[in-house]
Amino acid sequence: MATAVITPERENYLNQEYGIKSWLLTVDHKRIALLYLVSITFFFFIGGFFALLIRLELLTPAGDLVQADTYNKLFTMHGQVMIFFFLIPSIPAVLGNFLVPLMIGAKDLAFPRLNLLSWYLYIIAGALMLHCICTGGVDTGWTFYTPFSTAFSNTKVVEAGVAIFIAGFSSILTGLNFVVTIHRMRAPGMTWDRLPLFIWAHYATSVIQLLGTPVLAITLLLVVFERVFHLGIFDPTRGGDPLLFQHLFWFYSHPAVYIMILPAMAVESEVIACFTRKRIFGYKFVAMSSIAIAVFGFLVWAHHMFVAGISLYSALIFSALSYLVAVPSAIKVFNWTATMYKGSITFTTPMLYAFGFIGLFTMGGLTGLFLAALGIDVHVTDTYFVIAHFHYIMVGGAVMGYLGGLHFWWPKISGRMYPEWLGKFAALIVFLGFNLTFFPQFILGYMGMPRRYWQYPPEFQVLNVLSTAGSTILAVGYVLPMVYFLWSMRYGKPATENPWNAAGLEWKTSSPPPTFNFDQPPVVDFEAYDYEHIPEVEEVPVG
Amino acid sequence: MADSTATPVHGPELLHHFSTAQQQRDAASLGMWLFLGTEIMFFGGMFLAYLIYRLLYFNEFAAGSRSLDIWLGTINTIVLICSSLTVALGVRAAQMGKRKLLVILLLLTLIFGLAFLGIKGVEWYAKYKEHHIPGMSFDAGDLIRDYPQIHIDPAHEQIYFSLYFAMTGLHALHMIIGVGMFTYLLYHSMKGRYGPEYYTPIEMGGLYWHFVDVVWIYLFPLLYLIDRKPLG
Ligand SMILES: [Cu+2]
Repeated sequence: MATAVITPERENYLNQEYGIKSWLLTVDHKRIALLYLVSITFFFFIGGFFALLIRLELLTPAGDLVQADTYNKLFTMHGQVMIFFFLIPSIPAVLGNFLVPLMIGAKDLAFPRLNLLSWYLYIIAGALMLHCICTGGVDTGWTFYTPFSTAFSNTKVVEAGVAIFIAGFSSILTGLNFVVTIHRMRAPGMTWDRLPLFIWAHYATSVIQLLGTPVLAITLLLVVFERVFHLGIFDPTRGGDPLLFQHLFWFYSHPAVYIMILPAMAVESEVIACFTRKRIFGYKFVAMSSIAIAVFGFLVWAHHMFVAGISLYSALIFSALSYLVAVPSAIKVFNWTATMYKGSITFTTPMLYAFGFIGLFTMGGLTGLFLAALGIDVHVTDTYFVIAHFHYIMVGGAVMGYLGGLHFWWPKISGRMYPEWLGKFAALIVFLGFNLTFFPQFILGYMGMPRRYWQYPPEFQVLNVLSTAGSTILAVGYVLPMVYFLWSMRYGKPATENPWNAAGLEWKTSSPPPTFNFDQPPVVDFEAYDYEHIPEVEEVPVG
Repeated sequence: MADSTATPVHGPELLHHFSTAQQQRDAASLGMWLFLGTEIMFFGGMFLAYLIYRLLYFNEFAAGSRSLDIWLGTINTIVLICSSLTVALGVRAAQMGKRKLLVILLLLTLIFGLAFLGIKGVEWYAKYKEHHIPGMSFDAGDLIRDYPQIHIDPAHEQIYFSLYFAMTGLHALHMIIGVGMFTYLLYHSMKGRYGPEYYTPIEMGGLYWHFVDVVWIYLFPLLYLIDRKPLG
């Protein structure tokens, strides 16, 4: 770094200490955020590698690249790695960890050592998962459905179960830390109705992590016990009930969708306000819609079980309740668009991702309504329609939000600007690649192509080729940011304190921030998104 | 929330990122309550399984429950309630600065806790002798002989004992963690670390201990007292 910097850098969290020990034993939330950034990026590329193998296998109708057994393992480990080791920790553990204390004007999270512990739990879980992958893998699907997982599968179910169990505790501890921090560590004047919407959404996410994840933990533990000791609690031949497993599993795993998407919504609220230079329209509604999503999210899990043999009456009720979740989600989308109306919009990279998010999330959300409708769901259950739907939410929504957020706060995190034109280019590639990959899958699913098969009838090939082509473009779009982010750490233009001229406490300290975040403890005497009172600057920040 | 921007006076136990001791105590307390909330959800999964299978297989649950030693269960309940009392008194002693009393009370708590685990071990060993441990050559033949009046399916009986061992086992694991915690607290109490200005760890350890105690208060009737009236 010394070559790129002429004036001596001021002391910040990155240069305060050097050496591997100063990172592995750090309790600074910003450094832990970076530890997470590196580790989840690693798992993102592992999960992405599985995805590419899946798409390559599906290039031709015949099962020619891999055997059926291998294919089963590929989609299982793609799902488990992407969900539990990338999406769940992604925005909360990286951006949330970095920004929650900064945004509320605190020196750190409430429990810094617990924060480090949660990263170590993640690493232990990740190492176990890697070991599981390298020594044979799992083939149960990410859902661990019983009795297949407990009585029939002869792959490493126990190891994967234990890995995800441990990763769950990492997630619980992060959520716990956020809730306590938001309650107890706010700077003077930072009242609840002045909190950035990023904080509100992370609060809601944390509540889901706290209440949902322990149920997943006990469910996986029971699966492990059942498999090791042959208990029979999920085995129908011995009086056990596989539906009980599904209820317990989806009680967590439906709300888990909101653990992944709420933080992306958190990012978008910040980005959209900044690049339209306006206060978010209907601040209170957007804040409360996060809480509503967290609450409603716990009431709809059985929509994953419409064809599993639950009673028609409970299916009807869960179907109706599932529609309810659309209301707070729609509030957010409408309020963001209302914010943009007559705003002065700048088309920066984070804003491009925000546009992408709104469009793709809306597609994913609306097709979610198709699936919530009992009649249609029975028709498209276990087809590529479902796959396309949740990839629109998770890849089109959550990953877009994550990338947008990473670009938006990269100057704060690294103290450097990324090359803006490359950023825009990559965002465009991601958007195009994404749609080419997943839109054909809606059609495939509607035509009846089932998920989780390694071969398919020849009439589905054209759409599958399009999808595979899209996935390679998408891969390029994901590799690009990693390359230019790394490049910018050395060669990027040094970032000013507030390169976007944005509102919010995190922009009122240097980039990168000092170890204790603020030189003077901040006092908040302004509302969130106070863009009316921020003087315009002439130069548009271009890296 | 901090109410003052003046540079706070940091006592020895006040961590750097808090402004006041009060803020630190409030954070710890909220954190512990949230953690206990997650614990309720954790045990909740098993309570749900218990509820469903008890409704489905009541005979087997009643027979399994009868085979447990009600006296050892009752004694263990009393032991745990006593330990909760000593914990509560211990927190009080710390607040009032009675350091010697605090050490004695924590020691008593530890003894009660270990006694509970010992008695639990005796009960488990009896189940092992009776071939009532699921998976390990499980055999419900003795219960079928003992209760000819009711129909007992061995597979369903195994579900009862699966839940019995899962629930009491995870409870015991929490007890072991609690014993570890209280050994730590005892060590630091003997060094005189806790007093009226700083007793948060004792209070938090106490909250955890009470929670584990309350779980047992539910487990005892649910597992031991399902149907104890004589079979007619
Ligand atoms: Cu769902």
